[in-house]
Amino acid sequence: MTVRIRVIPCLDVADGRVVKGVNFVDLKDAGDPVEQAQAYDEAGADELCFLDISASHEGRGTLLDIVKRTAEVCFMPLTVGGGVGSVEDARALLLAGADKVAVNSAAVRRPEIMADIADRMGSQCAVASVDARRVSAPGEPGRWEIFTHGGRRETGIDAVEHAVKLADLGAGELLVTSMDGDGTQKGYDLELTRAIADAVTVPVVASGGVGNLQHLVDGVTKGHATAVLAASIFHFGTYTIAQAHKALRDAGLPARG
Amino acid sequence: MAEAIALIDYGAGNLHSVYNALKAAGAEHVAVTDDPKLVRGARRIVLPGVGSFRACYEGLTSIPGMVDALEERVLGDRKPFLGICVGMQLLADRGLEHGTTPGLGWIPGEVQLIERTDPNIRVPHMGWNDVGLTPHHGDHELLEEGEAYFLHSYHFVPEDGLDVAAMTDHGGGIVAAVARHNIVGVQFHPEKSQAFGIDLMRRFLEWKPV
Repeated sequence: MTVRIRVIPCLDVADGRVVKGVNFVDLKDAGDPVEQAQAYDEAGADELCFLDISASHEGRGTLLDIVKRTAEVCFMPLTVGGGVGSVEDARALLLAGADKVAVNSAAVRRPEIMADIADRMGSQCAVASVDARRVSAPGEPGRWEIFTHGGRRETGIDAVEHAVKLADLGAGELLVTSMDGDGTQKGYDLELTRAIADAVTVPVVASGGVGNLQHLVDGVTKGHATAVLAASIFHFGTYTIAQAHKALRDAGLPARG
Repeated sequence: MAEAIALIDYGAGNLHSVYNALKAAGAEHVAVTDDPKLVRGARRIVLPGVGSFRACYEGLTSIPGMVDALEERVLGDRKPFLGICVGMQLLADRGLEHGTTPGLGWIPGEVQLIERTDPNIRVPHMGWNDVGLTPHHGDHELLEEGEAYFLHSYHFVPEDGLDVAAMTDHGGGIVAAVARHNIVGVQFHPEKSQAFGIDLMRRFLEWKPV
């Protein structure tokens, strides 16, 4: 076989607590990110993603501790994103036990941060988050722009051009999130995912909008992603990681299990 | 006293993940160390590594006496050695990442960029892939077939196929493990490969190379 399509559950963390997290198993403390990470480790997730959405500086401080404690008990790759503003932030997360760091707004302000991280710590740990919204009218050729602040603030930057630039600067992976799709459960923006995946040579993770297993399959077959990220469908126990792997295999794609 | 394991600390990033995995596999005394004296007394040695070949080589050689101590203990005394990812690649004669950099030269070969043989091949090679044993894995009962997590853009191309203990596939054959006597290097990350990786660590703790 060849390298497997990765299924990646994503946990939103704010001030050290999971927001909208797992309830497919009984946890002693449902808000503890470490317990939730362990549940996914045991469920056979291919990787895990923590997205820190803390509003405050103090809230962010707890993130390093969470990452450290997670790395002590989970033996799968961990990507951490949200609020990574400098090479020092990235280094601190990696030293705490993250395997990859996802950079979002900081790379919109200054794309060269991707090169700074890749040069010092390697492309393999430098993930560029691309949060985009469709700006073309229905029926027009697809065009997307980068949005920051959870999709609320437009930047006027073309999403595909931005993605290509970050990959050229050294990002080893792109996490492409459709801010239109996020939370809708209507599926990934496949056109956006494909436009970026076809324009770069690094792995692309599809994100935003998964509501069922076919969406995961489509992310790969139609969106050309090599990894699929989802949150609610796994947290709420709608589907298991094993079911996601099986759906991919049933579609003729390489997946674990 | 339980066997002391030296986990070489040369600023190569994934140190703590490897430490955690060794502990989870049952290791009692793991010394995270940059002290050549401790290396000379170690019963087993683990060389981790993430990032670029050049940065890792420079990090390792910047510790006075470290390479000498490793060669004495691994090549001389034949203590069990495990190199992980760039820690495996450093066994080669040279690496081509960011210009040509010499390696330890314990296993002849070169570390080259993965070639994108078709558009579906993405680099870095990132994710779970097969670990398939070669007929030459021989007495290295350390390695077993299975799926492990890979994360790399460069790969080890040994001169002698007999040094290849396991292969994987990413648009063509990629060396997943090299082995010679008491030396094993794995391209994948056992510390990130869930049960498959912890089992490998557990076998390493008990491994008695012939």
